[in-house]
Amino acid sequence: MSCKCNKEEGCQNNNSRREFLLSGLAATMVAVGCSDKTSPFIPEETIALTGEKVKLLSVDGEVIEIDKAYLKPVPDITHLTNKQEREGMAGKKFVMVIDLSRCKNLKKCQSACNHAHQVHPGQNWVKVLSMDDADHSAPYWQPTTCMHCDEPPCVKVCPVDATFKRQDGIVLIDSNRCIGCRFCMAACPYTTRVFNWEDPIQAVVTDNSMPQENMDSKQHYSCETSLPQKKGTVGKCDFCPDMIRKGELPHCVSACPNGVFMFGDMNEDAVTNGAETYRFSDLIKDKAGYRLMEDLGTKPSVYYLPPVNRSFPFESGLENQLPADQMNHSK
Amino acid sequence: MEKSNQLSEEQIIQDLLPQKFGRRGMIWTAILILFCLVGAYAYYRQLRYGLVVTHMRDYVSWGIYISNFVFFVAISLVGSLITAIFRLAKVPWRTPLTRISEMIAISAITFAALIIIVDMGRPERLLNLFTHGRIQSPILWDVIVISTYFCISLFLLYVTLIPDIKIMMNVKDKITKPFHKIYRWLASFWKDQSDQEKIRDRIITILCITIIPVAFCIHTVTSWLFATTYRPGWDSTNFGAYFVSGAFLVGAGGVVVAMYAFRRAYKLERYITDMHFDKMGRMLVLLSLLYLYFNVNEYLIPAFKMKKSEASHLTQLFSGEYAPMFWFAILVGMIIPIFVLLFKKGRKPLPMFIVGIMVVVGAWFKRYLIVTPTLLHPLLPMQEVPESYHIYFPSWEEWSISLGSLAGALLIITILARYFPVISIFKTLEDEKEKSA
Ligand code: SF4
Repeated sequence: MSCKCNKEEGCQNNNSRREFLLSGLAATMVAVGCSDKTSPFIPEETIALTGEKVKLLSVDGEVIEIDKAYLKPVPDITHLTNKQEREGMAGKKFVMVIDLSRCKNLKKCQSACNHAHQVHPGQNWVKVLSMDDADHSAPYWQPTTCMHCDEPPCVKVCPVDATFKRQDGIVLIDSNRCIGCRFCMAACPYTTRVFNWEDPIQAVVTDNSMPQENMDSKQHYSCETSLPQKKGTVGKCDFCPDMIRKGELPHCVSACPNGVFMFGDMNEDAVTNGAETYRFSDLIKDKAGYRLMEDLGTKPSVYYLPPVNRSFPFESGLENQLPADQMNHSK
Repeated sequence: MEKSNQLSEEQIIQDLLPQKFGRRGMIWTAILILFCLVGAYAYYRQLRYGLVVTHMRDYVSWGIYISNFVFFVAISLVGSLITAIFRLAKVPWRTPLTRISEMIAISAITFAALIIIVDMGRPERLLNLFTHGRIQSPILWDVIVISTYFCISLFLLYVTLIPDIKIMMNVKDKITKPFHKIYRWLASFWKDQSDQEKIRDRIITILCITIIPVAFCIHTVTSWLFATTYRPGWDSTNFGAYFVSGAFLVGAGGVVVAMYAFRRAYKLERYITDMHFDKMGRMLVLLSLLYLYFNVNEYLIPAFKMKKSEASHLTQLFSGEYAPMFWFAILVGMIIPIFVLLFKKGRKPLPMFIVGIMVVVGAWFKRYLIVTPTLLHPLLPMQEVPESYHIYFPSWEEWSISLGSLAGALLIITILARYFPVISIFKTLEDEKEKSA
């Protein structure tokens, strides 16, 4: 979806964000043209509808119907080489800002992420933790992703360079190389990593007629999509570099209706949740942004805005909490 | 060795030559093989279905495989303690103990390497360690030092064996035929000449000197697998010394158990005497005290501060879910042995044997306590996972594989003892000569 944005048309303060996001590579989308209003990337071209509908599975796991005219043949998928995937995108430094004042534990981020990455049922790459720092402090919901540290402890300990840090700041895993020693899991202070203890769930393919098993084995593995998942290797939040290359936001960012997640490029000093765009430095300064476990010196790329002036009371998120977590409340 | 003064050369050779298994030996070996087979079957299941057959999950991502690995590395250190340190310190009574401890070292380090492969999610990618290895990872340091230690230990065992093999070759009738070929292949170049003897002596000295730093390394690096992380209970500068001292203790305990077993099985009362048990008993007291000292540092100093991250971990050990195991390991593995061995009666062979078993068993559980409880206290709360992720108790596959590996280590020792003398004949003869001179 190499959608060219027309800057004069209603982009207001979105320019900077578009520039950095849309300079992504050419397109490998099956379907173009989602009706999602929160997406900043609606193509502004007119398409003649055919009236014929096709059913597709959205990233949220819903079956949606779209006009056949929106379907475009997939251009020859040029897979990135492993070297390109390891180097990352030049001139970028990706950051995420998570606004704790807006989170009510809806877990839309989680379901979108799990769905997109075929995370094993029960495991999560994004966890929404119920935090309670001290006896008399107020509890809050804390979405937790991989911190994509600038001094990543997991990368330090990996014996085979299966987990690595790229020039754009993203920490990725090469599941074709991982030996499954799980040292990185022990080393990660944020316990963000999950392990594929058994055969991963099958790839979900949009068209039912396709024999899924065959698809699965033939599917090209990419460190950027983290797909297909592989038994006996680790997995974790990957900041969705495949989406970034397509000029889109990571799945958790676009899935959150409250705009909790903001994603962007530090070099452009801009972060966006799709609907709003902020200057990163101002946001951190004005709202007293911080990072988790600063004292460890891991230098995360994920910043948090404190849970002040909240949009929702903490209790409104309780209904989504796992029963087990309700019992052993965090301390 | 008052009595052995009267021993003739033939008598010594007769006594120390490897012997055929009796009925008990057969049953013992059969049981060990059985355990190994069950372990192998469990491992087959693990290969087939993945590590899901274990009860390790995302929080407790290292379980008894790793604690078993630490245990094996620990016990293998004894080879260097008894052979190298005793030799360099010229401890006169070491002769009957060196071969046994070298055999223990070899088998333990072999199974340490194997169990770590068992723990890997992708064992077929083992070679990645060499093709893509990154020297900054402590795992790679471990690979390097463990393989070095293995080579030196094997070489040391071999070099010390050469004259014995030669002796065995000359006593044809006692030894089963098919192995004669192997003996010849191993040692036919040995001519018992003094220049050869000199070279051999030099080699042993060099090996003894090199093996000590390598032995310290294997266990220090193993401790660093934990100490290089941020986890409460692992994030400690005390870890290297703590591990090494514990390793010497469990190794010495293992040697005591083996001494007693071989003495009974091979009727070596004239060679492994009460004096040896007495000396090893004193040694065990010293090592227990040393390990206790590091334990005090390791647990009481953090407990004095009770940092938030450490507090839940420590209280779980001291008075929580793991308290019975923790106090068992401390009492049975250190404190009770110290008290028993302070008395002369406690250093007699049978009580020593029991104490040795206590030390080894306590040490095994101690390793378990070092690995698992820490993982149940991550820095961020344990949430958003299935309930089974909150607890850890090894599955039957894990137990079988771990027990199988322990049985396998014992099997190697048994087989080595079946074909090679457990006490150096050559050295014993030499000692005798010196004594009569
Ligand atoms: S589990 Fe894989 S990614 Fe993690 S340290 Fe081991 S080899 Fe590296």
